[in-house]
Amino acid sequence: MAEPIIEVSNLSHRYGDFEAVNGISFSVERGEIFSFLGPNGAGKSTAINVLTTLLRIQQGSARVAGFDVAAEPARVRESIGIVFQEVTLDRDMTCWEILEFHGSLYRMPHHQRRDRIDELLGLVELEGKRDTLTKHLSGGMKRRLEIARGLMTRPKVLFLDEPTIGLDPQTRRRMWDYIKSVNEEGTTIFLTTHYMDEADQLSNRVSIIDHGLIIATGPAWELKNTLGEDLIYLETSDDNAAGNLLRKKAEVTGIQEKPAGFIVSVNQDGTHLLPRIMEDLRDSGIHINTVNLKKPSMDDVFVHFTGRELRDEGPEHPAAARSRSMRR
Amino acid sequence: MHLGFLTIYWRDMIRFVRFRTLLISSHVQPALWMAFFGIAMSANFTRLTSDVPPIPGIPNVGYLTFMAAGVIAMTTLFTSLFGGMVLLFDKNWGLMREVMASPLPRDHIIFGITLSGMTKSFIQAIIIMVFGIFIGAEFFQGFSPAEVTFSLLCILLFVGIFSLGFLFLSAAIAISLETPEGMQGIMTLMTMPIFFASNALYPVNAFPPALQAVSMGNPLTHLVNGIRYFAIGDHFQAIGIEYLTTPVELLTSLAILIVFALAMFGLAWWRFQRAVVT
Repeated sequence: MAEPIIEVSNLSHRYGDFEAVNGISFSVERGEIFSFLGPNGAGKSTAINVLTTLLRIQQGSARVAGFDVAAEPARVRESIGIVFQEVTLDRDMTCWEILEFHGSLYRMPHHQRRDRIDELLGLVELEGKRDTLTKHLSGGMKRRLEIARGLMTRPKVLFLDEPTIGLDPQTRRRMWDYIKSVNEEGTTIFLTTHYMDEADQLSNRVSIIDHGLIIATGPAWELKNTLGEDLIYLETSDDNAAGNLLRKKAEVTGIQEKPAGFIVSVNQDGTHLLPRIMEDLRDSGIHINTVNLKKPSMDDVFVHFTGRELRDEGPEHPAAARSRSMRR
Repeated sequence: MHLGFLTIYWRDMIRFVRFRTLLISSHVQPALWMAFFGIAMSANFTRLTSDVPPIPGIPNVGYLTFMAAGVIAMTTLFTSLFGGMVLLFDKNWGLMREVMASPLPRDHIIFGITLSGMTKSFIQAIIIMVFGIFIGAEFFQGFSPAEVTFSLLCILLFVGIFSLGFLFLSAAIAISLETPEGMQGIMTLMTMPIFFASNALYPVNAFPPALQAVSMGNPLTHLVNGIRYFAIGDHFQAIGIEYLTTPVELLTSLAILIVFALAMFGLAWWRFQRAVVT
């Protein structure tokens, strides 16, 4: 296999006493879409800031596009594009000026800049907004313009930090289509997200990250399979007794308590297994109130690996929260 | 040669012309100083110094002319000190990350932003000068057109070097701070002593020795020296006091401004190398 385009080993980063990233190792292959999935404060943005050389690497090593981030940060910068989590467009510049500014920051020759701007405005369907100030763009248009900006220099890797945060569902789907089409043209994509569906539908491989650690890595389907075939949700008259009963079965791989009811993961096709389970419970005198059968989602995967739901967001690092609150 | 700083310059100038209110107010404010403070004080000083006999053979200029040079210097000081503020906004709004993540060497951010600050100071200095002459400041009296052009260029040289010094300082402060409020506080604290411990509005001759020493080390005093030398002359009388500036004194003033600008560049360079913007 060819050399990975991103190679990270034992990366750690701390802010004072706070360990934001705690010795992570992973690699991203050329041409894939790779996601970091985790709640806010998990260390995703810190990792991306180190990989994009915005933060000096403290411990471990990282190579991006063939260059070491510590030894050759300038070469790394030339090879990557970044779309930041917050909107980072000057409100008082036009779309054209935003791209022109970016191109000349990276010292692209004049004619190449002009050609590329036309091409990219076409790709993200903003041709009509060429001379519009960015403050007059909708949230989705701003994001598209930022993606276009990230692609100006034909980067080998495009970093996307929470690319669809704050966008409506329809715009999010279109955003995914853009990201996929960019990827199909050969750009490796590294994205962070706290949306399960985004990690699931968009990426080839996912790393689940929590408290600065990578908990699991693999294609979304593979991670889901580790949970077993199917998930059965039950609410009964006596959940404890039902749980104890089911735990003894060979087909049951795990039981998770819920505020009401519990979830049973099984290693067989649930549609055949469920009637038998219900019969057994009824025979033991347990009354079933609610039943539901589903294939594992990324939510379930996350709960399985971290022991908590993604919605229970841990506290953010205070410094990060402070700097964010000052932005628009 | 790497011309990356021109990109930063271009963007900041776009912003300058697009923020109409800032553009206009930055020119109206010094004009108001001259129109109100200048004319009011001028009337007072004329009355107070009416019994001082004019020294024969040298021009006796009114207070308005005397303080017009000070207002140009003051405006340059304020514009330059606040010139770095834009970096702080860029930092807080996340705009600077694009630049910090690009291969552009960091000293180009400093050069770009100071170059645009200097351009703004030039525009302001010329507008104030024209306005001052319009309301009665006796600049360039008896100068030939060639002499006016030469004097103007020399004034801009002084203004340019002075503004570079304070722009470097301002950029260094901006990149080190977190909030615009903090910067506002520091700026207000600095402008007061710099402005009043100088010869911008009144002569320093009657200052207590300690304050006089401070004013001699004050870059603003040296900028005002330069402007008065080229706008009024090397030998004149104002507010009943005789002013004589030798070429050596003039060059000393220029040298002090250059040393100040270099020192401030060193400070800014150091702060920018250590800056982390995420």
